[in-house]
Amino acid sequence: MSAEPRRALEVRGAWKSFVHDGRAQAVLRGIDLTVEPGELVSLIGHSGCGKSTLIRALGGLVKLDGGTIRLDGALVTGPGPDRAMVFQNYSLLPRLSLVNNVRAAVRSARPDKSRAAADDAAERYLTAVGLWDAKDKKPGQVSGGMQQRAAVARAFAVEPRVLLADEPFGALDALTRARLQAQLIELWTSESDTEIVVMVTHGIDEAILLSDRIVVMGNPPGPSVVDVIPVELARPRDRVSVIDDPHYREVQERLLHLLTAEGLADANGRAA
Amino acid sequence: MSLQIAEEVRPAVPPVEEVTSPPPVAPALPEVSRLRQGAASAGWAVAGAAGFVALWALAASHNPKLPAPGDTFTVLKELLSDPFYDNGPDDKGVGLLVWATLLRVFKGWTLATLVGVPLGLLVGTSRRAWQALNPVIQVLRPVSPLAWFPILAFALGQSELASVWTVFVIALWPTVLNTAAGAAAVPADQRDVARVFRFGRVAYLRHVLIPNVLPFTVTGLRLSMGIGWIVIVAVEMLGGTSGIGRQIWTWYNALDLSKVAAGIIIVGVVGLVLDLLLLRLAKAVALDDGSAA
Repeated sequence: MSAEPRRALEVRGAWKSFVHDGRAQAVLRGIDLTVEPGELVSLIGHSGCGKSTLIRALGGLVKLDGGTIRLDGALVTGPGPDRAMVFQNYSLLPRLSLVNNVRAAVRSARPDKSRAAADDAAERYLTAVGLWDAKDKKPGQVSGGMQQRAAVARAFAVEPRVLLADEPFGALDALTRARLQAQLIELWTSESDTEIVVMVTHGIDEAILLSDRIVVMGNPPGPSVVDVIPVELARPRDRVSVIDDPHYREVQERLLHLLTAEGLADANGRAA
Repeated sequence: MSLQIAEEVRPAVPPVEEVTSPPPVAPALPEVSRLRQGAASAGWAVAGAAGFVALWALAASHNPKLPAPGDTFTVLKELLSDPFYDNGPDDKGVGLLVWATLLRVFKGWTLATLVGVPLGLLVGTSRRAWQALNPVIQVLRPVSPLAWFPILAFALGQSELASVWTVFVIALWPTVLNTAAGAAAVPADQRDVARVFRFGRVAYLRHVLIPNVLPFTVTGLRLSMGIGWIVIVAVEMLGGTSGIGRQIWTWYNALDLSKVAAGIIIVGVVGLVLDLLLLRLAKAVALDDGSAA
């Protein structure tokens, strides 16, 4: 076989079932997916399609029943410092100040770093998301948007190869979400060495605005991956003007079609 | 902020937003209304106590064998006027008796804490430990601690130790069960964070487990202390070790019922003080996420 391992995040034949009411439900049904360095890939689909399970598997929080996940050729068997996660509900530790949340994560995830280096990383990324002035506040003292910015800073401060985000902006209001989306792209493209971002989203427009490719996932019993749609819009993308781009419209229509009932029925029909 | 605060309404959690603004300050309750609230609650407390004493007096007037409130309070004053005299093992002031009883409870309770907290953590974090221990706990928990006393007294050969271990046996369960509940209730997202960022044992204990478990454990300790204090009085009556419980029994044998009633009041007040102390501890360790600032 090939000698040189590819620098990429590779999912091969991933299967995962959960038992529900005594019945096994296959949530991931033989997923193959490769994410190249420099790519931002979104997972989109209705609830129950397994997008959260897939991202948790990538993070090493869920063990696959079958198949493999490799990062740069190395088998993923559990959480690791090469992959950091942003969760939907911020998930900051409530007793620690924002800066201590970031520091605790970096010190634990990166024992190779000196304490000073870990603290530097915490300062750098909290500053990057505009939270250095609020660094001593507890999570409960700040808004949801600020909590999620701290959580994003925490993930980037670990300086992972891959950032995994499970509906990172789902709980935020539209204005806050827009600002955080911009910050995420900024951190990914220029502030950090993080190359790969995989993000779960519910939002069609969010997916198009941010992604290089969109993985449309379907519910059982159809195939897990219904379609993979490339988004060929030049970066940086302007959220106001980009929606006038004909390609944007095209992708949007395709997504809408796939995510409505008839689209999924078509996909299931093809699979059967 | 120009909020109109109604007399008795505390402001809700203050709105928090934005980085640079100063921390929002909840408008203070007007001094007058706070005073009035305090006075009202004290007034009701007095009314309740007066009602209780009235009922007691009524009952005593119908049954002359019952100690009357007046006699009881006179005796209580006498007992408290010289609480620390010591005329040998059979004649001590109530202060010394209460102290002896307190020491016994503290010993049993401390043992229960030392065993109960680790056991609770184990049961709360390991499904196998839970499956193994749950049946034992469920059978032993409802057993009256007094049923333990004969075995312990016989096995240990002396009442003093047996009293301490009886308190231990009964004080163990609330601490174990509450600690286990706390350990099992660590939010899944905090566990995920600990896994993703690969928290070591120390970081997990310090940042995740202890902050979440501590409030539960302290509630358990409070319940344990309460039940230990209830039980020790009966244990002393049964075991004959010197203390306020034994003294109440002695007074009863001398048919000095006013003293028995006074002893009950002392036991009640000490129990209340113990509970208030632990309640204060509970408030001190309540999860401080800054939102109540």
